Amino acid sequence: MTQTDTLQAPPSTTLESGAEVLLRALKDQGVEVIFGYPGGAVLPIYDAIFQQNAIRHILVRHEQAAVHAAEGYARSTGKVGCVLVTSGPGATNAVTGLVDALMDSIPLVCLTGQVPTHLIGNDAFQEADTTGITRPATKHNYLVKKSEDLARVVHEAFYVARSGRPGPVVIDLPKDILINKAPYSEKPETPHRSYRPQTAPDAAQISRAIALLKAAKRPVIYSGGGVINAGDAASAALTKFVRKTGFPITSTLMGLGAYPSNDPLFLGMLGMHGTYEANMAMHGCDVMLNVGARFDDRVTGRLNAFSPDSRKIHIDIDPSSINKNVAVEVPIIADAAYALEALCDAWDADPAPPQTADVASWWATIEGWKAVNCLKFTQTQAKGGIIKPQYAIQRLYDLTQEHEAKTGQQTYISTEVGQHQMWAAQYFRFDKPNRWMTSGGLGTMGYGLPAAMGAQIAHPEAMCIDVAGEASILMNIQEMATLAQYRLPVKVFILNNQYMGMVRQWQELLHGSRYSESYSEALPDFVKLADAFHGVGMRATCVDELDDVIRAMLTNPRAVIADICVDQKENCYPMIPSGAAHNDMILGPEHGTALQDGRAAGLTDEGLVLV
Amino acid sequence: MIDPKDPTVRSATISCLVENEAGVLARVIGLFSGRGYNIDSLTVAPVEGDRGRSRINVVTSGTPMVIEQIKAQLDRLVPVHRVSDLTQDGPHIAREMALVKVVGSGNSRAEALRLADAFRARVVDATIDSFVFEMTGQTEKLDAFVDLMRPLGLAEVSRTGVAAIARGTRIL
Repeated sequence: MTQTDTLQAPPSTTLESGAEVLLRALKDQGVEVIFGYPGGAVLPIYDAIFQQNAIRHILVRHEQAAVHAAEGYARSTGKVGCVLVTSGPGATNAVTGLVDALMDSIPLVCLTGQVPTHLIGNDAFQEADTTGITRPATKHNYLVKKSEDLARVVHEAFYVARSGRPGPVVIDLPKDILINKAPYSEKPETPHRSYRPQTAPDAAQISRAIALLKAAKRPVIYSGGGVINAGDAASAALTKFVRKTGFPITSTLMGLGAYPSNDPLFLGMLGMHGTYEANMAMHGCDVMLNVGARFDDRVTGRLNAFSPDSRKIHIDIDPSSINKNVAVEVPIIADAAYALEALCDAWDADPAPPQTADVASWWATIEGWKAVNCLKFTQTQAKGGIIKPQYAIQRLYDLTQEHEAKTGQQTYISTEVGQHQMWAAQYFRFDKPNRWMTSGGLGTMGYGLPAAMGAQIAHPEAMCIDVAGEASILMNIQEMATLAQYRLPVKVFILNNQYMGMVRQWQELLHGSRYSESYSEALPDFVKLADAFHGVGMRATCVDELDDVIRAMLTNPRAVIADICVDQKENCYPMIPSGAAHNDMILGPEHGTALQDGRAAGLTDEGLVLV
Repeated sequence: MIDPKDPTVRSATISCLVENEAGVLARVIGLFSGRGYNIDSLTVAPVEGDRGRSRINVVTSGTPMVIEQIKAQLDRLVPVHRVSDLTQDGPHIAREMALVKVVGSGNSRAEALRLADAFRARVVDATIDSFVFEMTGQTEKLDAFVDLMRPLGLAEVSRTGVAAIARGTRIL
């Protein structure tokens, strides 16, 4: 197909408006839902949406939430999420969501309105240089300046969003392009002219990897969000490979659920708030297999002390992730599913025996670390006792499991950002991919409610819960109105400690307990707030109320805010302070770690500089 | 395997073949500024007009790990077709052009002309008290010439930046 074909093919009488062509292209790309907010520049699209039934539009209350909702939709389905916002402020409001999707590799197509082509550059009303602003916020972006490019650009945008390392793509659409007649072109059959990511692993690298893994005495597998992005096949292949080898596996925040958390080979999450056993295994291993993770600073801690004695294998679909932070011996550029399948086959085909005895004694060491029971906490069961946030999550997990067993209703969890997010990652056990939505790379407070909303749209029968903090939830609280409009029974589970908890924790550990601006004065009454937004509010103030509130929340058919008043002083442990090594963890008061000179042990002045 | 601890900063001449579309140069420049890489020189021009492709040559510097990273980051930009580190991938030729304006009279003017001759610079404009020299060559040669002109009334320099290509049959 060439561009001239599309120019010549349809006679002008059969041409549709740009907006109609756009919707047809979206439909051909399998779009069922758009999250959006109207405005002047996109009125032609909204008019076209009004006149069709194939694509459903969900009206959000803020453009940032539209993008997070599309992320939740994409993350929980594996499809490309779709967003529609107007020019100027519509586009700039979407930027946070776009960067969030970029950092976490979530496939999105975001349509932004633009002033008509002849006004571009004139500082017109609601004009912003959207392609300029979103260039570093997206995987790629387009400004459609000619009607004949429109359909091709839409098809290409979806291809770019979902291929290789997925990411957000913006299409900026001037109003005249939406109104003027445009030709339609089908999805191209030919490969993209310049963007063709490698997905099949190099056989030689696979054999080098197998040679290392077979010789490994202290192996560890470290999997990340790339495995989720590579689809169910990748998670299945990962599980197969781990069970085949019997190697210990740990996961990043983004990778949770790719491998079943309740499996004995799973060490829990690694990194700054990862488990003791996961981080110690990473530190002490002799061969590391990284699948679809990117050696993020939250995971590695101090780089020059990161897993000092290991030989490293890194599977990633994005060549720029290789050797970016950590130099690796065997890079494998591939889709995680293909690479893991290839590893499974090569493991069986390779005649060399694995180091079974050594691996067994490695497991004995790991069991010793596990015995530390780093996630231990003490919850009083006395009447009127203060709820520990960890306990709240643990009960939420237990009771959702119970509910799932009883009703068959599948559970999807999203989070905001902060302590509650880490506790959710630590205490909620995920055994399936695509059930866990959290803002990992960008750390966007306000992500969770719209993400849960997007997941609920994608899975109307499911139990979608936003585990939130009382500070984060206020960043996109307006989406309660969206829940009401579409009768989405999303549950907001707030761990309310009246502090920006993670900020408070860092101030306690790093800044001499000077709690500068981290206390939330004048919080709303969340029960009344839920009521005002046509939802149901409930509250647990002490441990004996907790289970009843969780059960009431799970069985309520409407949107619920459950305000769980938790211990204000609780900190999230274990913790590797910024700039410290994996074996320099703070285990917390349960393990007798005390502050020294008003600071946590292992902290250095260099570490203070880091975020 | 790259040694991450190798602190040696080297200069690299990187060429990329890109789709000649709006914003492609901004993407490349934004990548360098956004990730904190140096640009010592940058040239861009269409090279395959009929196929709508341009070539961007960037002279940059960094440790081996940084240079590798720059190549990988460039290569994953959607409109980038191919990337090559010419300094690493084999012998190559790198040239740039300078227009050098020297203002003066008397002995220094005569000396400037003599030196220009020795450097094989061409006089492309002359007035009673000025010359504009055009000179093509390696960056170091241009640097040397400009330095020599400094005491002889150097008034203004305009340079193109480096265009580079591999020697022999190898192409980008």
